Amino acid sequence: MATDPMAEIRASFFVECEELLESLQDALGEMDEGQHDNETINVVFRAVHSIKGGAGAFGLDALVSFAHRYETVLDELRSGRLAITPDAMKLFFHAADLLHDHVRAARDAGPVPDGAEECLHDLEALIGDRAGPAPEEEITDFQPMGLSFDFGDMDDGMSASEPPAWQIRFTPTAALYASGNEPLHLLRALQALGTAQVTCDLDGLPDLDALRPEDAALGWTILLTGDLTEAEIREVFDFVEDVSRLDINQTAADTPAKDFSMNFDQGLKNPLPPFEAPLAIAADPAEVSGPEAAATTPTTAPSPAVPQAAIPPSAPKEPATPTEASATVRVDLDRIDRLVNLVGELVINQAMLAQSVAEAGLPPNSAVMTGLEAFMMLTRDIQDSVMMIRAQPVKPLFQRMARIVREASGAVGKEVRLRTEGDATEVDKTVIERLADPLTHMIRNAVDHGLETPDKRRDAGKSPEGVITLSAQHRSGRVVIEVSDDGAGINRPKVREIAITKGLIAADAVLSDSDIDNLLFLPGFSTANQVSALSGRGVGMDVVRSAIQSLGGRITIHSEPGKGTRFSISLPLTLAVLDGMVVNVAGETLVVPLSSILETATLSEGDIRALGPETNVIHVRGAFVPLYDLGAELGYRRPKSSYDGGIVLLTALENGARSALVVDAIMEQRQVVIKGLQRSYGHIPGVAAATILGDGQIALILDPADLVQNASGRTRAADLALAG
Amino acid sequence: MTADQTSQSTSEVELLSFRLAEEEYSVDIMSVREIRGWTRATPLPHAPAHVRGVINLRGTVLPVVDLSVRLGMPPVEGDVRNVIIVVQVGTQTAGLLVDAVSDILALPRSELQTPPELAADTAHSFIEALTIVEGRMIRVLDLTAVLPDDTAEAA
Repeated sequence: MATDPMAEIRASFFVECEELLESLQDALGEMDEGQHDNETINVVFRAVHSIKGGAGAFGLDALVSFAHRYETVLDELRSGRLAITPDAMKLFFHAADLLHDHVRAARDAGPVPDGAEECLHDLEALIGDRAGPAPEEEITDFQPMGLSFDFGDMDDGMSASEPPAWQIRFTPTAALYASGNEPLHLLRALQALGTAQVTCDLDGLPDLDALRPEDAALGWTILLTGDLTEAEIREVFDFVEDVSRLDINQTAADTPAKDFSMNFDQGLKNPLPPFEAPLAIAADPAEVSGPEAAATTPTTAPSPAVPQAAIPPSAPKEPATPTEASATVRVDLDRIDRLVNLVGELVINQAMLAQSVAEAGLPPNSAVMTGLEAFMMLTRDIQDSVMMIRAQPVKPLFQRMARIVREASGAVGKEVRLRTEGDATEVDKTVIERLADPLTHMIRNAVDHGLETPDKRRDAGKSPEGVITLSAQHRSGRVVIEVSDDGAGINRPKVREIAITKGLIAADAVLSDSDIDNLLFLPGFSTANQVSALSGRGVGMDVVRSAIQSLGGRITIHSEPGKGTRFSISLPLTLAVLDGMVVNVAGETLVVPLSSILETATLSEGDIRALGPETNVIHVRGAFVPLYDLGAELGYRRPKSSYDGGIVLLTALENGARSALVVDAIMEQRQVVIKGLQRSYGHIPGVAAATILGDGQIALILDPADLVQNASGRTRAADLALAG
Repeated sequence: MTADQTSQSTSEVELLSFRLAEEEYSVDIMSVREIRGWTRATPLPHAPAHVRGVINLRGTVLPVVDLSVRLGMPPVEGDVRNVIIVVQVGTQTAGLLVDAVSDILALPRSELQTPPELAADTAHSFIEALTIVEGRMIRVLDLTAVLPDDTAEAA
C-alpha cells in the first residue's frame, strides 16, 4: 500500500469526480426534461466548479482549463443571460461527456480527449463575446487567496501575448527536511535561472506554542522571469518533488507585484487558509489516515474560494457537500471480497457442523439443535447483509448508456431519446462492471439497426424521435434488464435471407418467428446492408450472448414488426451464493438452482408419452413438456427403460419454455456457495459451477437452460427403442 | 514453469518418485505443492477419461487426473492406499492420482537422459527424461503435457 498521502488524496479526488459527474448528468437530464429551476442549474454549475477546484489542486491543467471554460458558459446560464434551448442542451451534454473524458485522461495520465476544443468553441459561441473578459476578472479574484488549486486557471492562455513568466509555488513537507534537503539551495538554484522574486507563505505557520519543529510550515511563491521551459524549472526540484507540493504555472509578467502583496495580506487576514488541510496531512499522515478524512479534503478545499469567485448567490449552499459524504463510508473492494469469501467459508462450515450434529443423533429439542438453528439463521442474515454491501444501483451504468445513445444517434443522424426505468435496482458490483460492454453493444445496435431514420418514422406515422427504453427490475430472484426500441422490429424475411446467404441455415429450413430472431445470436451475423461506423462488423450479438452467459445470465429477443424489438437479459443477483435443491442422480449429488425450478412431481405411467423412438414428453397441466434424464444427459448412466414412479423437476427457462428433469431422489433444499469451475477446469456443458457440501464433497451446480440446450433428450435406452 | 527454471539453474535436481502399476515415475519436487490421501472425486460430465473428477482442497475445487489412464494404462483402483499429488504448473493446480509415493531422490542434472523416440507408445510424449537409480529406471514426467488443458479438453 502506498503511504504517499498525496496519492491517497488524489485517488479520492477522482472518486469524488465520479460522483460529481453523476450528479451533473442527473441534473442535465432533469433540465432536458424541462426542469429549469435555479437549483437544478446550480447543481450543474457546482459539479463543474468543484471538479475544476479539485483539479487545480493537483495541477491537472488540461482538466482545469476545460472545466473553467465550461463553467463560464454555465455561469451565463445560471444568471439567466442564456436561454435553454434543445441545441444548447445537446452541447451541455456533449461537454459533460468530454469533461468525463478529461477526468479519465487526468486520472490515467492518458491523452487529452479529441474534440474538446470544437465543443468549447461551440459552447462559447452560445454566449458570444461575453466569454472573453469574465475569466480574467476571476483570476485576480482567485489569486489573492493564495490557493494553489486555482492557479490552474492562469493556464487558459488568456494572456499569451504577455512576456513569459513562471509562478512557482513550492511547499515542502516534513519529509523534505527529514531527508536532509534545504529549500534555500533550491531557491538559489532558481535565482540562477532568471530573475526570481521570492515570497514566503506564512499561512501554514502555527502559533508558537503549537509549533512543532519537525513539521513543515513554510511555503514559497517564486515569480521567475526568463526564457525558460517548465521542464527546466522542474529539473531544479527533481529530487524533492515527491516530498513537496509543487505548482508551476505560466503567468503574465506585469501583474505580480500587486498580486503578491495582496496575497500576503489576505493570507494573514484569513486565519484558516484552506491550504492548511493538505499540509496537515503531509505532516502527519497518521492523523488523517481514515478514508473519510481524505475524501472530504478536496471538497472542503475549494469551497472557501467560492465567495471570491464572483458567485455570491450559491455560496451558502456549498459547504453542504462534506456533511453529505459522512453518510457513507468508502471501503476498499478487496476488503469486501475477503468478507464475502469468509462468509462463504462460514456457510460451508455451518453445513458441516449441522451434518455432524445430525450424525451424532441428538434429539431435535436439545440445546445443541436449537443453538444450531439460531446459528443457521444468523449465518443467513450475515450473508444477505454482506451481499447487500456488494450490490450497487445500476444507475451509473445506465448513465453511461445515455452517453452511448447521444454519440451513436449523432453518428447515424437519428433522433433518439433514452428512457430509463428502475435505475435504483441493485445488482452485484461485478455483474454491473461486466455488463457495460454487452449493453453498450446492444444500445448501439438499437440505435443503428433497431430504429428507423426520421423520414421512415414519419412515413410510418410515428414521432420522428425514436425511443429506446432501458429498464431494470428484480424478478423472481433474478435481475432482468431490458433494452427495447420502438423501431421497425426485426425484418424476419431479410434475416432469413442473410442467414441462408451466409450458409448459417439451409435454404429450405422451417423456422418459427422466434427461431429466426435467434439467428441474430449466431456468430458472423450482421443485418446492416452496409457496414456502418457504429456497428455491424459481424461481431455482434453472439459476443453479447457469450458475455451474458459468462455471468450466469441469459438473453432473449422479442420483436413485433412495426412496433419494435425488446432484448431481455436475465441475470443472477449475486455471483457468490445461491439457493439450490440438492438432488441425487445415479449416486451423484447435484444442486439445481431453486430459481429455475417451478415444481416437483412423481411420474406415473399415464404421464409419459413417447415422442420419438428415443424421446419422451410428459403431460403436465395441459402442456407437453420434454423429458430429460439427468443421469443420462450427464453421462452417469444409460437412459432407463421406464420412468414410472420417477421424480421430475419441472424447470422454467426465461423464454417461458419448460422442461422436466428426471432425478433419483430429492435430498434437501439449502443455500450453497458457488465455486467457479472455469478457472480450475473450464466450462462443462450443463454445469454452471460447483459447491462444497456439508460432508466436504464437491457437488456440481446445474445450469438447466444450458443443459437443455445441449441435451440429446434421449430418455429411452436405445436397445429398447425398437419396441416404441 | 518458474519452478523448472530455478531448478535448471542448479546442477542438482530433486525428484519425488512414485509408483504407478509397478513402474516408477517422478516429478520435479519444485512443482509439488502437497500430497494428500485418497478422497473420492466428484466425476465431471463429458470429461475425458483421464480426468477423474474434482475434489475439495480446503475450499477450492481441484481437478484430479488419473495418471494411469493418462499414460494409457488401466485406471487406478481408488482405495485408501492411493494418494493424490497436488502439483502446480504455472497458474494451474491439479491433483495426480497415483498408486503410492515412494521416495525423494536428489541427483545431478547430468544423469537425466532424454528418452529415445518410440512412436508406438502414448506415454512417451509425457516423459521428459529418464534416469537410473540403484538399478531401477525412473521416468521424469513433463507436467505441462500431463495436466488437463483447460481450453481444449473442456469443449
